Amino acid sequence: MDHDELQRIASVERAAAKPVEIRCCTSSGCRASGSAEVLKQLRSAVQAKGLSDRVTAVGVGCPGLCSAGPVVSTHPDGAIFGKVTADHAEGIVSTLSGESTNAVRIDPNQPFFAKQFRIVRATAGQIDPERIESYIAADGYAGLYQALQQRPDEIVADVTASGLRGRGGAGYPTGLKWATVAKMPPGQKYVICNGDEGDPGAFMDRSVMEDAPHQVLEGMAIAAYAVGANQGYVYVRAEYPLAIERLQAAIHQATKAGLLGGNIFQTPFEFKVEIRIGAGAFVCGEETALIASVQGLRGTPRPRPPYPAESGLWDRPTLINNVETFATIPAILRNGSDWFAGIGTGTSKGTKIFSLTGKVKNAGLVEVPMGTTLREVVEQLGGGTADGRAVKAVQTGGPSGGCIPADLLDTPIDYESLGKIGSIMGSGGMIVMDDTDRMPEVARFFMEFCADESCGKCVPCRVGTVQLHGLLTKLVEKRATRHDLDLLIELCHLVKDTSLCGLGQSAPNPVMSTLRYFAGEYEALLQPEEFARPPRRSTIPLTVV
Amino acid sequence: MAVVTLTIDDKPVSARAGESVLAAAREAGIRIPTLCHLDGVSEAAACRLCLVQVEGRGRLQAACVTETAEGMIVRTQTDTLREYRRMILELLFTEGNHVCAVCVANGNCELQSLAAEQGMDHVRYPYLNPARTVDVSHKQYAIDHNRCILCTRCVRTCDEIEGAHTWDVAGRGTLSHIVADMGQPWGDSVTCTSCGKCVQACPTGALFRQGSTVAEMTRDREKLADLVTARRDKKWTV
Amino acid sequence: MPATAAPVDKRLKILDAAIRKLQNRPDTLIAILHKAQELYGYLDTPILWHVARALRLPPSRVYGTATFYHLFSLKPRGEHSCVVCLGTACFVKGAQSLVDTVAARANVKPGQTTTDGKVSLLVARCIGACGIAPAVVLDGTTHGHVSPDQLSARLEEWTHGS
Repeated sequence: MDHDELQRIASVERAAAKPVEIRCCTSSGCRASGSAEVLKQLRSAVQAKGLSDRVTAVGVGCPGLCSAGPVVSTHPDGAIFGKVTADHAEGIVSTLSGESTNAVRIDPNQPFFAKQFRIVRATAGQIDPERIESYIAADGYAGLYQALQQRPDEIVADVTASGLRGRGGAGYPTGLKWATVAKMPPGQKYVICNGDEGDPGAFMDRSVMEDAPHQVLEGMAIAAYAVGANQGYVYVRAEYPLAIERLQAAIHQATKAGLLGGNIFQTPFEFKVEIRIGAGAFVCGEETALIASVQGLRGTPRPRPPYPAESGLWDRPTLINNVETFATIPAILRNGSDWFAGIGTGTSKGTKIFSLTGKVKNAGLVEVPMGTTLREVVEQLGGGTADGRAVKAVQTGGPSGGCIPADLLDTPIDYESLGKIGSIMGSGGMIVMDDTDRMPEVARFFMEFCADESCGKCVPCRVGTVQLHGLLTKLVEKRATRHDLDLLIELCHLVKDTSLCGLGQSAPNPVMSTLRYFAGEYEALLQPEEFARPPRRSTIPLTVV
Repeated sequence: MAVVTLTIDDKPVSARAGESVLAAAREAGIRIPTLCHLDGVSEAAACRLCLVQVEGRGRLQAACVTETAEGMIVRTQTDTLREYRRMILELLFTEGNHVCAVCVANGNCELQSLAAEQGMDHVRYPYLNPARTVDVSHKQYAIDHNRCILCTRCVRTCDEIEGAHTWDVAGRGTLSHIVADMGQPWGDSVTCTSCGKCVQACPTGALFRQGSTVAEMTRDREKLADLVTARRDKKWTV
Repeated sequence: MPATAAPVDKRLKILDAAIRKLQNRPDTLIAILHKAQELYGYLDTPILWHVARALRLPPSRVYGTATFYHLFSLKPRGEHSCVVCLGTACFVKGAQSLVDTVAARANVKPGQTTTDGKVSLLVARCIGACGIAPAVVLDGTTHGHVSPDQLSARLEEWTHGS
């Protein structure tokens, strides 16, 4: 593979494109609603109407509006249809010749689409994720080519200058992480892509792996070149079979095309990628647990330092980034770090994908610039609640995050602002709750999750989460007194301050944030003390802020 | 060898570079409570009892895996640390079925003596009363899972000192438990050498010699570290 | 599926081929366990021993790993499987009532299989189909916007249909 070959593939692919395209989403969400059959019927309708010479029906990645799936769009006119069934196929094809259809039309200019700013998801819903040619025609692998024309340290400097921060949740500066791995003495190094997206209510990474598997691989290859690694692993949770299938196909295609393997773009750079499949353990999203799992062990975390950047997979320097982080890299290489740093806020650059779900009208994936307010996302893009009830809270960050009350919806989305109000950016789950959702029950739901997913290694998380769940159950069932509430708060502090890894340390967040903003709901459930309240032994403060 | 100086509980302490805060504190006669630490095997950093405060670090640090550094200021006995230690012990007591009065290790139990030392005089959380088993299939030893605190000292001892790797942890979360081989009775294990090192390693009455009755189970833990020293340095310290 | 998975049939050859392809590397344990479960439906003791020996691993490590990950089952599963997603989005859209429906109709608890071996009820911690919540995976196929009535109808088919 060389640059001319890359351009040749792109121009052949562009030349082969028909003037009119009917695009049908084939990602997991729409698949579950029968989009495979829809695509089949669209293809036969095109053929039956004798339009094959100028119209083509293609399977594409997720256009985002999952709640209206299966979603079909026609191009270049840009019409979008939702909840399409196989019966609608013929009608949709007929619209190309100006006829009407009974398929549900979706306004392509509504804020859900118009207010998005797509970098990572730029090609989602546009190209065929199962064909490398389709990705190359959309400037795919141009970023890798560009990277290989520079020195590795220049790329690290570029990524640092872009201001990109880890999209997995913690927001660690990506450039700094790359620099640490790059500065380790030469020798075997690894790059791992963390696709163990476990936060309930989050599916951004699934869609990126399904819709743009090559973009993830390209990002990984650029990273490998920058830090001096020659072997990569993509760790994907087993619950994502389509993502695994598409990544596997993409690795195969890229290797065959000479974009992975040896002698990439006729340089000495070589890079191989293997997929590792999880087996149902949320804690494997924690980087040291993930490394253990890649090595075939129980996914239990170990104390840091040493950080994986110094001593990770098989004790070698290892760069671990999240799917979305890697998928952002090619665009930074193509467009420059200044361009990326110009998007977003002072401390949080670029865009972030959120999976907007729960009691919201437009559920699906949205990519917005950092600094967009929660209100814009929920009310404008999301269209408010589905049945017009009042939004009560928005949960971000999954079991590690918090519930943000409606009156704080004007908070801009950036790492620091969300942290200040007791939540976190997290990986991008955003669950809208209305006035029928009771916060202590939501807190109990998350605690049950954490107790179930605790690896069992350290005492505060293993036992503390179970006791917290017990106390919350007592509370929800109206059997708790103020003494129990005190115990609950103390225990939250213990689990947060003393647990070994991020799972335990953040497990109390949903309780603490709901106690902070919805204390009244907890108070209302308390029962009078049967006996005099025992004197407090503890000096731990009973505050949650 | 490079030496660093640091301050632990206002006392100046010197340590070899790379040495843990726990080791440095011990040498200086400062006691930091531990449960999962065992001389001679690797650290798990799992019990969280040895957490200390290090000036300039946001989070509490486990002394067993925190390297000493020049000028470090460590506190091991703040009010919060003492309270957290009591709470962790409370949690351990609620998790298993610990009945000291009928335990072989009564009087020789690290969990029991830590509770007394740390002033954990009562448990405020409900006991979880898990249904756990006792395995007496081995001809010399037995394991009572009711008394297991999952410190994994036996697992590490068996793997790192004996080299048999008979024990491992199975399950997860609060359902975690110690297993021999494929989860079979200990007596049926094909890897166990019956060396008894795991029995020496156990901090509670979970692993014991058959025939021991209440308060009879004593251990000789120094032997494990002595073995390691002998093997590594060819020095016998008997 | 036979009641026992005695390691003397064609499936073992397929498993061995997979192990060889991965060069008997101990770090491929999880991939091998996936393959074994795909072939046998669950991981029984003889198979776990076979894997331990092939990968030269201590048996307790194989057992420890197999029991750590929730997708591995050491007991046979039912003829049909119903996995109800209990992720946050599904939870706020009433997934618990779906679990309750199956539990009541088939008389099983989550994680269990009906006594006639027909249906296993499982719960998942988010399958990433939040946009179509509540989601249920029936015999490997994901369904969105599922109602208790739809689920009851499918159960009826499974337990009484041909």
